[in-house]
Order: sequence, then structure tokens, then C-alpha cells
Amino acid sequence: MLGLYLHRESPVHRLPAGAKLGGLLLVTVAVLALPGAWGALTAGLIGAAVLVAARLPAGRVLAELRAPVVMLTLLFGFQALLAGGGWEETAVAVARFAALILLATLVTLTTRVMDMVDLFERLFGLLRPVGVNPAKMALMLALTIRFIPLLGEQVREVRMAQRARGVERNIAALFVPLLVKILTMADDLTAALEARGYDPADAGTKNSTQR
Amino acid sequence: MLSTRDLVLCALFAALLGGLGMAPPIPLGFLPVPVTAQTLGVMLAGTILGAKRGGIAALLFVMLVAAGLPLLAGGRGGIGVLMGPTGGFVLSWPVAAFVTGWLAERFATNANPIRLFAVSVVGGILVVYAGGIPWLSLVAGLPIEKALFGSLAFVPGDLIKAGVAAVAASGVRRAGILPIHA
Repeated sequence: MLGLYLHRESPVHRLPAGAKLGGLLLVTVAVLALPGAWGALTAGLIGAAVLVAARLPAGRVLAELRAPVVMLTLLFGFQALLAGGGWEETAVAVARFAALILLATLVTLTTRVMDMVDLFERLFGLLRPVGVNPAKMALMLALTIRFIPLLGEQVREVRMAQRARGVERNIAALFVPLLVKILTMADDLTAALEARGYDPADAGTKNSTQR
Repeated sequence: MLSTRDLVLCALFAALLGGLGMAPPIPLGFLPVPVTAQTLGVMLAGTILGAKRGGIAALLFVMLVAAGLPLLAGGRGGIGVLMGPTGGFVLSWPVAAFVTGWLAERFATNANPIRLFAVSVVGGILVVYAGGIPWLSLVAGLPIEKALFGSLAFVPGDLIKAGVAAVAASGVRRAGILPIHA
């Protein structure tokens, strides 16, 4: 499954996902605690340093940033026009978040999807005392990743069938068959899992879901 | 406790959200702008799966977006998008699906499309805006009333989606193959 991950040989790529996510969290909290301009500057410098260390093409990274930056700039311009005074503060706030978004984007670009999913699974282990079953969450995440292309295909298929019948603009004619299909698929997939010996009551460990 | 079937249903609806993001936007006859149907999927997860399973389905989806899969409309994804100005509108989906389902389990248990519509509006629109607008205001350094005002442009489209979700959920319930009421 293709993610946004961009492979390079770099120390940033080799860092474990947990370290990167934890680092992002720490930097975010620190930057938000610092006074505006210093926060923006710190986050921007860290972002630039990580970008260089990760050997990522700056153009590609900035392309990922285009949508939020355009939106922030538009909002900012709109705000400056309407509010008149106080636009420096807004500019600083926007710069600060743009720098944080850069850092977050860098974490995503340098971490494999499966490493991040593994990390989430380990974090779910911490929630076991409140009744969360990490093995079940892990199985559901794995199933979802497998089902996404399947569902994309189903959406396309139903749309084409409805177009052939000339009802592609009738949205109920799209969703009802799609949902009915999904619900019947659920029966088959449940049977398939159980036929392979999956027992939800015995889903205590990750291994028991993978047998 | 979640049965095997529940696990499969949650994963399928999470994948449906992804599939809806990959599909080209759906043209609506009476509206000039095509709509992307992902929030519609959130409403359907709530009305069809109920609170718990619907909420889990949307949570799985948001986690995979955070993990770096480009599942949001336009092939976007990653933590940067979630932390960005519109991130709150996506992060609120698990709560939105849960609330939609919670309300549906109480007030919209049959195929009545009006009730399903009301439930979808509260869970799928109000909750999403309640998460998205303060987030937008914070990230963009925008006063909250301006963030609110800017978001109003999306209300007509969202109301149409709630209508579609209601008609679709009603149709599925009439078809009588429902998994609801665990």
C-alpha cells in the first residue's frame, strides 16, 4: 500500500516512529508555549534542519505544504483586510503553525505507514486497562488497509453500473447498492476469518490474530 | 465486546471512507459544485453501524490518515494535514460518527428518512463544525466568529449530504439486511 513516505538513507528515516512522533509532540508544545515570533522561528529552524538531515527534496516537501499555506495565507489576508490593526500577531500565528505543519509533514514523509501503524498498536496496549483490546485494533487496522483498494473498486463498479443505467445522478441509486454490497461482503469476510480459526474471545495477543 | 463481524464491519466502513476519497467527486444534478462524499460516509457509519462501531470505523480511518496514507479527498494525508487549518474537521469524525450513531440508536431506529436526516445533521454537521471551527480559529489566528462565518459556505453542501445519507440509510434499512443494534 502506497503512503506518502519518501525513502532516503538518512538518520531521520532510521529514527523509530515513536521518537519522531514524541519529538513532534514535544516541539509542538514547546513552540506553542514560547512567545509567538520565537516559536515560529524555532519551529522553522528545526524544520529546515530536519529537511536537510533527511535529504528530502525541498520542492516535494513544499508541494505537500502548498494547500495549508495557501489556505492560511488567504485567511490571513482576509483577516488583515477586515481587522486593520493587529495583523502582525496574525502573521506570527500563521507562521508558527505553518512551521509546525512543516515538521508534522516531515514526520509523515520520513516514516513508513506500517511503522506508524505498529506504533499505534503499541499505544493501544496502554489503553488495555480501560477495556481497549490492542489485538482487535491491530486486526481492524490491517483489515482496513486491505479493504481500501477493494472498496475503491466497489465504489467505481457501482458508479459505472448506475451510469450504464442512466441513473448516475440519482445518489440513492449509488449508495444503497454500495451499502448493501458492503453489508453482504461483511458476512463473507466474517465467515472467512472464522474459517481460519479466528476467535474474538481469544484475541489476547497479536500472534493469536495472525495464525 | 466486538464480535468478528463487528471487527469486519468497522474495517469495511473505514475502508469505505477511503474509497469515497479516491473516487472522483459525485456530480449532483442540482448543484454546480461536485461534492466529495467522505463526510457522507461518516454519517452513514453512524446511522448504519450505530455509535460504537461507527465511531471505531471513523477512528480507524483517521488513524490511517495520521499514519501517512493519502486517503483524504485529493490524495492528502499525514499528520501535517491533521495539524493544519482544516484538521479539526477531520479529527472530529470519530466523535461525529459516534454521536450520529448514538442519536440514531435512540431517535431513528426505523426507515424514517426525516429522523435519519435530523440525526445526520446533528452528528455529521454540528459535531464536525464544533470540532473544526475552533481548530481553524486557533491555527489560523482567526477570531472564532470569522472562522464560523467562513465555514457557513459549506453548510448547503453538507445539508445535501445529510439528505443523501438519510435517503441511503433509509433505503438500506428498508432492504432489511441491517446489522444495527448490537
